[in-house]
Amino acid sequence: MNLGKTPLTDEHQRLGAKLAPFGGWLMPIQYSGIIAEHAWTRAEASVFDICHMGEFMIRADALKSGLDRIVTFDLTTLKIGGCRYGFMLNDAGGIMDDLVVYRIADSHWMVVVNAATIDSDEAHFRKHLSPGTDFKNVSSALGKLDLQGPRSLDALKAIVGPEATRLDYYTFGHFSVLGEQIIISRTGYTGELGYELYISADKVKELWDKLLTDARVKPAGLGARDTLRLEMSYPLYGQDLTTDTTPLEAGKSKFVNMKKEFIGKAALLNKSKPARNLINFTADSRRAPRHNYRIFSGSKDVGIVTSGSFSPSLLCGIGMGYADPICVSGSRIMLKASDIEIPATVTEGPFYKKGTAKL
Amino acid sequence: MRVPDELLYTKEHEWVSVKGDIATIGITDYAQGSLGDITFVDLPKVGSVIEQFKRYATVESVKAASDVFAPVSGKIIKINEELTAHPELVNRSPYDEGYFAKVEMAGRKDISNLMPSAEYKKYVEGLA
Repeated sequence: MNLGKTPLTDEHQRLGAKLAPFGGWLMPIQYSGIIAEHAWTRAEASVFDICHMGEFMIRADALKSGLDRIVTFDLTTLKIGGCRYGFMLNDAGGIMDDLVVYRIADSHWMVVVNAATIDSDEAHFRKHLSPGTDFKNVSSALGKLDLQGPRSLDALKAIVGPEATRLDYYTFGHFSVLGEQIIISRTGYTGELGYELYISADKVKELWDKLLTDARVKPAGLGARDTLRLEMSYPLYGQDLTTDTTPLEAGKSKFVNMKKEFIGKAALLNKSKPARNLINFTADSRRAPRHNYRIFSGSKDVGIVTSGSFSPSLLCGIGMGYADPICVSGSRIMLKASDIEIPATVTEGPFYKKGTAKL
Repeated sequence: MRVPDELLYTKEHEWVSVKGDIATIGITDYAQGSLGDITFVDLPKVGSVIEQFKRYATVESVKAASDVFAPVSGKIIKINEELTAHPELVNRSPYDEGYFAKVEMAGRKDISNLMPSAEYKKYVEGLA
């Protein structure tokens, strides 16, 4: 398969990053080291190349166009300048993607989707939007940089001025950057105060360089992004969420509005009591559970690990996975691979409780 | 990348320092660099017997768990206890403070299966 390159791939190579395929793209996994980048993001600010993710622009009335039916949350109550997180389901209630919708104007929306699902999401939108709806996949024309960490506001102010302060959690605005009006939202995937910046692909490099002239900002790769999101118990699409999982199993019913109509709703009503739940667990030692390890309760195989890693903040193994509902907070479990046994305890998320995202 | 002259090496990136019948073993600078931040090292108990080129330990980085193969056969007489709390020593000092274990070798014949430093250096350059 041909791997996608972002406008920054050559720059990552120049910076000495380790690159690896992710979601069909050649992406930087780490620069100085995952633990150092993780710690820097929790304490200072990091910039992540997230150009692989997809963006759709839709100019239409949410209800008349059918847009509102495609997502599990209510678009009609979303304020202009607001963002909302939720899901796109298939008829069986399986998660096709987790996404964020931005309301730019009354009838103008930006939808941000995962990299590996851009094509299938586009097909699904085109299929379910009423004919003639103004839908544009702008993924390759639009770049995305995530600026995350407690010092990210200071770094952003240095670029857009004091105006940056007005952004509350899950809101966005247009800001003048490098001669362009760009969307900046106060959102992210790390649990820290942070921003996502959407700029023309041909200006991404210039913005990246500008952000990195700030001594508070260092580049971070997808390795740290993964440990940061896992410490917050944020699921990763393709791993913790797939078309075989529903939002109810994933414990994400707060992002599903059952009072409105959406594709997959009927199926969810039929399986309101899930046979398995997405649980979080903390290992007794530094040994990390890994994707596809089995979850045991006593001698009984009760589930499967979907994400696992060493937690740089907690200094022990952490993870999440789908397990029988007998596993509740406090339950002792064993995570097993061929000759590995990791004792662990089921815990409530997030693992890391000092995140600055909502401060 | 450091490849000390006085050590012997394997294709799986383990090193051996031989003094009499005792071999000190660990993983190379190249290995720790490829693995990235090391977060956990699982070593066998003192007294266990290991066999050349068979798995005897596991090393975990943030991203993955990897097998470590024995560079020589013999009996483990000491393990590096420091690695339990400080696995990052393997990154910081792979040939010294980050050693894995000391082994009483079963015999000298295993040594002929190991590479001298110049050969290992060449081997690693060929992997790039």
